[in-house]
Order: sequence, then structure tokens, then C-alpha cells
Amino acid sequence: MEIERVALLARLELSMEEQEIFSRQLGSIIEYIDKLNELNTAGIEPTAHVLPMKNIFREDKIRPSLPRDKALQNAPVKTDDFYRVPKIIE
Amino acid sequence: MQYESVIGLEIHAQLSTDSKMFCGCSTKFGAEPNTQTCQVCIGMPGVLPVMNKKAIEYVIKTGLAVNCRIAPYSRFARKNYFYPDLPKGYQISQYELPICEHGFVEITVDGITKKIGLTRIHLEEDAGKNIHEGAGSHSFVDLNRAGTPLMEIVSEPDIRSPQEAAEFVKKLRAIVRDIGVCDGNMEQGSLRCDANVSVRPVGQKELGTKTEIKNMNSFRFVEKALEYEIKRQIKILNEGGRIVQETRLWDSNKGITESMRSKEEAHDYRYFPEPDLVPVEVDNAWIERIKEGIEELPDERKQSLIQHGLPEHDANLLSINRSSSDLFKKTVNLGSSSKSVSNLMIGDLRRILNEENKDFDECPLGPEHLDGLLKLIENGTISGRIGKTVLEEMYKTGKHAESIVKEKGLIQVSDESEIEKVVDEILSKSPKEVERFRAGEEKLLGFFAGQIMKATKGKANPKIVNELLRKKLGN
Repeated sequence: MEIERVALLARLELSMEEQEIFSRQLGSIIEYIDKLNELNTAGIEPTAHVLPMKNIFREDKIRPSLPRDKALQNAPVKTDDFYRVPKIIE
Repeated sequence: MQYESVIGLEIHAQLSTDSKMFCGCSTKFGAEPNTQTCQVCIGMPGVLPVMNKKAIEYVIKTGLAVNCRIAPYSRFARKNYFYPDLPKGYQISQYELPICEHGFVEITVDGITKKIGLTRIHLEEDAGKNIHEGAGSHSFVDLNRAGTPLMEIVSEPDIRSPQEAAEFVKKLRAIVRDIGVCDGNMEQGSLRCDANVSVRPVGQKELGTKTEIKNMNSFRFVEKALEYEIKRQIKILNEGGRIVQETRLWDSNKGITESMRSKEEAHDYRYFPEPDLVPVEVDNAWIERIKEGIEELPDERKQSLIQHGLPEHDANLLSINRSSSDLFKKTVNLGSSSKSVSNLMIGDLRRILNEENKDFDECPLGPEHLDGLLKLIENGTISGRIGKTVLEEMYKTGKHAESIVKEKGLIQVSDESEIEKVVDEILSKSPKEVERFRAGEEKLLGFFAGQIMKATKGKANPKIVNELLRKKLGN
């Protein structure tokens, strides 16, 4: 089922009911967006960005980083030095 | 059945910028974990990435050095996947419009030069690091590396042997180091290499099923891992089996590749244009400015070394970076013969550097050192064997050959009567060996010579030693 695949890619766990609801809602969103396919876009370059801008750069200069305790502050599980996550099996 | 292997490589090279790709955090290697991160590179909501201009220029510079077409218009894309070392849940990368396309490099294996095509070079951000050791039932994440500019160089499947693959990596490493865009350190991971490899019966057009090999963090491992994998695939096919398309990890301790067996669901990266970044447009004036910053490349240096009278094999080895070729030329300019300089450099000097895990650009010895040493060997002051000792001492202390020879009393003994005493002594100590020699065991000559060299601490003139031995042993 398409909805299960989308949920898996987004790491969402959906109940049967939710699957049913979102499946219906997503279906109508896609249908709505599909209207765009009615337009003839032959010969039109795909838009990469909506603003007419290019080449916005910064110079290669070091700026101060966050102190470690600040950087780690929002992590649900951590040690003094690291974020801690469930074991990654490789 | 005869099989041929088909190999394509993906090289990831960390660019040697001071700051990260999209923020001002330092990229310095070896800092305390999680001390080089900010809101941008750890993916806090509401922040915006801004492109590091130097990183873009480094990719263009690389493209120019490997004969690529530089795209006048290119853009970034989001590659979506979940992994603990990827804080944003997507990697900013490039997809359908990379900065460089359609290049090539030339490699030489067994005297045959061949072009290896490059499909593309694109720019992306590196991920953080997951650490498993010491983390018990968990894993640790260090995000210092997250957001470091990473250049991915993808080759065409033009490579036909593990040897060619290793040469290709060596060549690319030499080029990126040469133009100063990447330090090429494979052990620290600033240059990483993955391979796609398949085999097919010789003569067959279609490609066989490929596997992807990861974790080959040295030239030697590239060669060994591919040798192993090719043998493995051929064995399966010969036994009537089928190759499974999968990712395999090289285990250098076991000397084998192993299936990652991870529950990689069919990848679906859902690439789409990165809305937080504007497109990059490169005009000719910019390209020309970058081109001016490229000095002599390895291939040009090789040609100039061949003109200096070096055989292709030596020229190949010495042209690999600017320092080795400069050291060679400067030493020759001081008067040493090109062959003797080349032999010293690609022989003993390279061995010492390899032992120290260093490259020629980190060699503490200058042309005066090498020339001084070669002159002492040439005029017979020291033997070639002592030359090795002197070279090692020069390397350690930075002193010149002449003062080392004087201080250590290493001057070669060419006085026949002095050497004769030692020869007599050694022969009288080894009556059995003398008997065996006379009975026809010619190779014992080397044994005697070795004993004499040992007794004189390597200082006896080897030519005179040999002459005396032959005379005394009666043939």
C-alpha cells in the first residue's frame, strides 16, 4: 500500500484508522496538485528557485561554534560529549 | 571460462576549506567531539544554509584539472534519508545538475597508458560520525564532520583490474593534493573510495550484476578488496550461482568483503531541488580566474621529467607530486646524475617516507642533502650500503652527509692490507664454510662478504672485499 511506504520513509507509525484517513486525504491532495498536469509546459525550464537570484555566497571564514553543552542541550539522550542513539547495526 | 572485471569508482574528497559548506564552523580534524557545530549544521529549525564560495571554486578547479566540462548553471538538491549521523534528515547534495561532467584522467599500468572517464563531480555536505566503540548497548554521534564540504568524483565503468583501480585513486589523490583542494589523507578519511564491481565472460557485452564495496581506506586495500571480490564473484558464477546486488564491506583484518546485511529498504531518496539555496552560475571569466591558480599538473611534470632523461617508470613515480619532482630537479641541478637521484628517491628515501607514513612534500631533506650523499658514494668516500645508514641519519637529524660520515667515522676503507686482515680472520674462523665453498657452493661468497661487512661495520670497500675473497678462496 502506498500509504505504508510513505509512512515508512517518514518513520511514522500509523494506526489502521490513521492509514485510512491519511490515505483518503493524501489522495485528494494529489488529485488537486494533478491539476497542474493539465498545463502545457513544453519548452518551459523547470524552476529551481522562485526568486530571481543566483550565486549567494559566504567567504570561507570560521565563526565561533556553539558550546558543546548548548549544542547537546535538546538531545533526549546524551553523554557529556556525545549524542546517544540506539545501537546502529552495521 | 575467462572472465573480465568491470569496475567503476566513487571517490569522496573532503575539501580543505577552513569552514564548513553552509556555515562558519571549523572543519579542523581531531577536535573534541561536538565542539564544531552550530544551529545550521545540526539542523535546528529556521536556519538557512549559505554556500561557501571557496568550496564551489575548489570543485571547479578539480573539474578543470581532470578535463571536465564546467556547468554554466548548477544547483543543489535534497537527498532524503534517516540516519543518526544526518541531523537534518536530508543531505544537501547535487542531483541532475552537478558542477562538473564528462572528464577523464590518464593512468599508466605496466607501461600502458589508458584514459578513465569521469561521469561527474558534484558537491555535497559530509555527514557526522557514528561511534560504536565504548558506547555499550548504544552508539554515540559526533557531528563535528557534519556539513564539511565533500566532493564526489564518479568514474565511468572503464576500469578493468584492481591494479588500474589503485592507480586511478593514486592519480586522483595526486591531483587533488597538487591543486590544494584536499589533503588526500585516506586514513583520516578525507579521501574515501567506494567501488562498483562486476564480472562478465570475456567478449560479452552486457554487464554482470554488480556489488558495491565500501571501506577501502588505502591504495593497498582498494587493490586487495577488489582482487578478493572479483575472485568471489567468479567462483560463484563457475559454480552455477548468481551474484546478489548488494553493498559489501571490506574487512582488512580478515582480508575479505562481507555483505552488510543491513535492512536497507529499497532506497528512495526523493531528491528535489533545495529550496533554501539559489542556483550557482559560473561564467567564463570566473573559470579563467580559477584556471590561473592551477600550476603544473602530474602529467605535465611527468613529461618534463622524461625530458630530464628519466625512464617512464621513474618519471611516473616522481611526478606524482610537485615536491618530489622539484626535489629531483634541484638535486640534479647540483650535479648528481639523474639516474642516481631517481634511484635514491624511489628506493631508500621513498621506503623511509613510507615507513613514516609521509609523502615527499613532508620530506625534511633538501636537494643539498641528497646531492651531498650521492657525491660521497660516487667518489668512493662511503659505500652504497653505508649510504643507507647516512640517509637514515640525515632524515632523523637534518645534518648533512659529510658531517655524519665524519662524526661517525663511516669513511669507506679501501686500503687493501687493512681489509686483507679482516678477510683472513673471517676465513680462518669459518673452515667448514670454506670447505663447502671449495666443494662448489658458490653462494657462500655472499656469506663471507656479509661477515666481513659486519666486522668492518659496513665500511670495507665491497669491490676490494670481493676481489680479495676470490683470490684467497682460489678461483
